[in-house]
Amino acid sequence: MSIPPTPAGPALEFDPPLSPVMRIDCPVRLDYTIAAGREQSRFLRAMSRGHLLGRRCPECRKVYLPPRGTCPRCGVMTAEDVEVQPRGTITTWCVTNVPYEGQVLELPYVTASVLLDGADLPFYFLIQGLPADQIRMGMRVEAEWADTLGPTLDSIRCFRPSGEPDADPASYAEHV
Amino acid sequence: MVDVAIVAFAQRPSVRNAVGDEVELVQPVIQQALEDAGLRASELGFVCSGSCDYLIGRPFSFVTALDAVGAWPPLCESHVEMDGAFAFYEAWVRLQHGDVDTALVYAFGRSSLGSLPIILSQQLDPYTVAPLFPDAISLAALQARALLDGGRATERDFAEVACRSRRAAEGNPNAQLRQSADVEALLGAACLRPPLRVHDCPPISDGACAMVLATGERARAIASARGRAPAWVAGVDHRIDPQDLGSRDLTRAPSAKLAAERAGAHRAPLDLAELHAPFSPQELILREAMGLGPQVAINPSGGALAANPMMVAGLTRVGEAALRIHDGRAGRALAHATSGPCLQQNLVCVLEAR
Amino acid sequence: MSREPCAVIGVGQTRHASRRKDVSIPGLVREAALRALDDAGLTFADIDAVVLGKAPDTFEGVVMPELFLASALGAAGKPMMRVHTAGSVGGSTAIVAAHLIQAGVHERVLTVAFEKQSESDAMWALSPRIPFQPTLVAGAGGYFAPLVRSYIQRAGAPPHIGVEVAVKDRLHALRNPYAHLHMEGIDRAMVEASPMLWDPIRYLETCPSSDGACAMVLASERAARGAARPAWVRGTAMRSEPTMFAGRDAVNPRAGQDCAQALYREAGIDDPRRQLDTAEIYVPFSWFEPMWLENLGLADEGQGWRMTDEGATALGGRFPVNASGGVLSSNPIGASGMLRFAEAALQVRGMAGEHQVDGARNALGHAYGGGSQFFAMWIVSEERP
Ligand SMILES: [Zn+2]
Repeated sequence: MSIPPTPAGPALEFDPPLSPVMRIDCPVRLDYTIAAGREQSRFLRAMSRGHLLGRRCPECRKVYLPPRGTCPRCGVMTAEDVEVQPRGTITTWCVTNVPYEGQVLELPYVTASVLLDGADLPFYFLIQGLPADQIRMGMRVEAEWADTLGPTLDSIRCFRPSGEPDADPASYAEHV
Repeated sequence: MVDVAIVAFAQRPSVRNAVGDEVELVQPVIQQALEDAGLRASELGFVCSGSCDYLIGRPFSFVTALDAVGAWPPLCESHVEMDGAFAFYEAWVRLQHGDVDTALVYAFGRSSLGSLPIILSQQLDPYTVAPLFPDAISLAALQARALLDGGRATERDFAEVACRSRRAAEGNPNAQLRQSADVEALLGAACLRPPLRVHDCPPISDGACAMVLATGERARAIASARGRAPAWVAGVDHRIDPQDLGSRDLTRAPSAKLAAERAGAHRAPLDLAELHAPFSPQELILREAMGLGPQVAINPSGGALAANPMMVAGLTRVGEAALRIHDGRAGRALAHATSGPCLQQNLVCVLEAR
Repeated sequence: MSREPCAVIGVGQTRHASRRKDVSIPGLVREAALRALDDAGLTFADIDAVVLGKAPDTFEGVVMPELFLASALGAAGKPMMRVHTAGSVGGSTAIVAAHLIQAGVHERVLTVAFEKQSESDAMWALSPRIPFQPTLVAGAGGYFAPLVRSYIQRAGAPPHIGVEVAVKDRLHALRNPYAHLHMEGIDRAMVEASPMLWDPIRYLETCPSSDGACAMVLASERAARGAARPAWVRGTAMRSEPTMFAGRDAVNPRAGQDCAQALYREAGIDDPRRQLDTAEIYVPFSWFEPMWLENLGLADEGQGWRMTDEGATALGGRFPVNASGGVLSSNPIGASGMLRFAEAALQVRGMAGEHQVDGARNALGHAYGGGSQFFAMWIVSEERP
């Protein structure tokens, strides 16, 4: 293709000269319908009835909660339902002090990896019911369910100390 | 160069709205392709995938998808934010090193979750064009209009492409749109974005596919054990044009022409070409750019007009061409993939039996 | 078939800053690309192909931005690729570009990585609200802090190690004119006084959020002939593992260990602690310096913090790490990995200026991403392979 040359006209002059544009705002809104997937949907439906439903890998026999569709290690679909207890052991944790966009929790708050009894992968969740400086590895916690249950992780409000003695470090060693 | 062949290809049927998340979408095709090649993930020399985060509105969708592979022990793995055909290219380059002899390539796309034509408008210059939200169908209509105004095609030509594609798809169980009214009836329909009618546009598709590549002796061994001919990569090349719609002649695809030349498309006669032309006028542009005459069968699978899972449809063209080499339906085939508005970027691969 | 030799013959980077309001995205990538071309004594016309890398598109809000950047990077009529492997992307992009040379496909490849986070919101981009999932993790720090805690526990490391790294890298950055953070007078007291963001990670132990770009010109042996001081690519490696699975060690991930061992093998290095002179390691939170030293086999397991503590990793020490100031001083996410690779090249070319490691002949560039699961590394040398 040939583009005809633009005839050279007189240069545009502005008085006072235009300042450079340093910023333009272009709000973009895109709407999505998020689908949870088959395995996650089973998990969420069970949660709305107050149950934690994990899935077991047919090859390595490990139990995933929440289920991820596959066992990422073996690359096969997880296939067997396993009920997991709503209590477990803290393997590691984090105190968040930084405000961020979309933040709903009051700062500071504690989140922890909780190795639930019957699961093989820690479940990352909000911890409440004790000062941040008293949280420790091996501490036993239990779920506090929300008043109304639904197909959402918000059905568990948080995990709180269960009062049980700390777990034997050997029981969670490979998760630290 | 090291000889590389496609030895297995698996795809799932494209649908308007797939049940399942990306892992559930892609895991079965990966497993099928690996089983078909008699390989386990841990044996793979290289893995590469293609996908686009904006389709599902979340960053790192390819990270989640890695759960479908079984990347343990850790794999040599890479990802392009491009159609899977470009992941295929990266794998072909990686296999040139000669230190590994197999590669897995996969792609997945869930176009159904958002408004695809509007999402694609965000590929455009973010300061001057994207804020206008020109949707992908409107841009294709601009291109179609330019073809008509230049006297290079008619609306009937567009309808003929659409009719032929959807009727070819009747033999393709993985296609989404598998029949067509005749051309006269198509031309009687109202325009969606003039001059494009609904039949000139692709369906919104969710889909996934996976492919296994192997080099030299390994490719021969895998293919012969399964009674198929390896689909050897005789040439592959890709090129990009400037995006700026105002500076391009939208009726031409110079990058497709150059890629076809560099891939050696015309070193010997072609039996068929699988072209990634989501809109019917684009097939006409591509055929002219690549010099594909009437003796070359176009899109026996039905092409992107029959199923257009974003990020997957280009790699599917390569796979469909390979399947026809595998079973002897073709001896030499061209496969093409495109990306960007109005055929901005184009990849051409030539496959042959030997 | 043996690989074609590949050399870095041009390196360019932008001035990194939290907001580069003075340039658009095309302006930003061209600033780095033109510096790299200038260093190589070439123009866009000499380039055969362009390989672009960046982290998620949500960071700028442009879908597959390589498409609209094709003209700005002189790619029209050429092959152009776009790599995305999370935080390791800058490294894997350079590796994809090097492979094009090593495979004999091209003679001169321009590779560019960038991030212009100021044009969107990085926290939003990383942690969008998804229905049926709680928003618990505030950005990357929320994910990595528990790993740091596990490391400290396992290694029995004293708490001041993170502070030492934070000070050391910012002192290095004072010698690097391109660095985002130039913190005159930085010391341990300053770092210790900064707020605890994600316990045990303090504000000054984290990386900044930067706008910036990095570019390199890679060339075949023939194309590198006549180039002043090429850096030869002696080895490249990439490894990935899943984000989480039962029994995964995310503190000392196997993908990183395997990647390093594959890298040393390819580069012909038997004793990396002796044969490497310096390393640019992806350290977005200060504690990751000792963690990665161990993962890379540059220190024994549980002993990485001792190298930091002894001052070995500071300029003038026996194994300087991140002489450029590292990710802790400049973090244009998509480009951060390529900056590691490019800074390693500058060291062995003897072109690192004020932050030059004396006599550096072999240098490691390292990048990682995702949940410590994607790794990309290369070794460059003044000596041709
Ligand atoms: Zn398993």
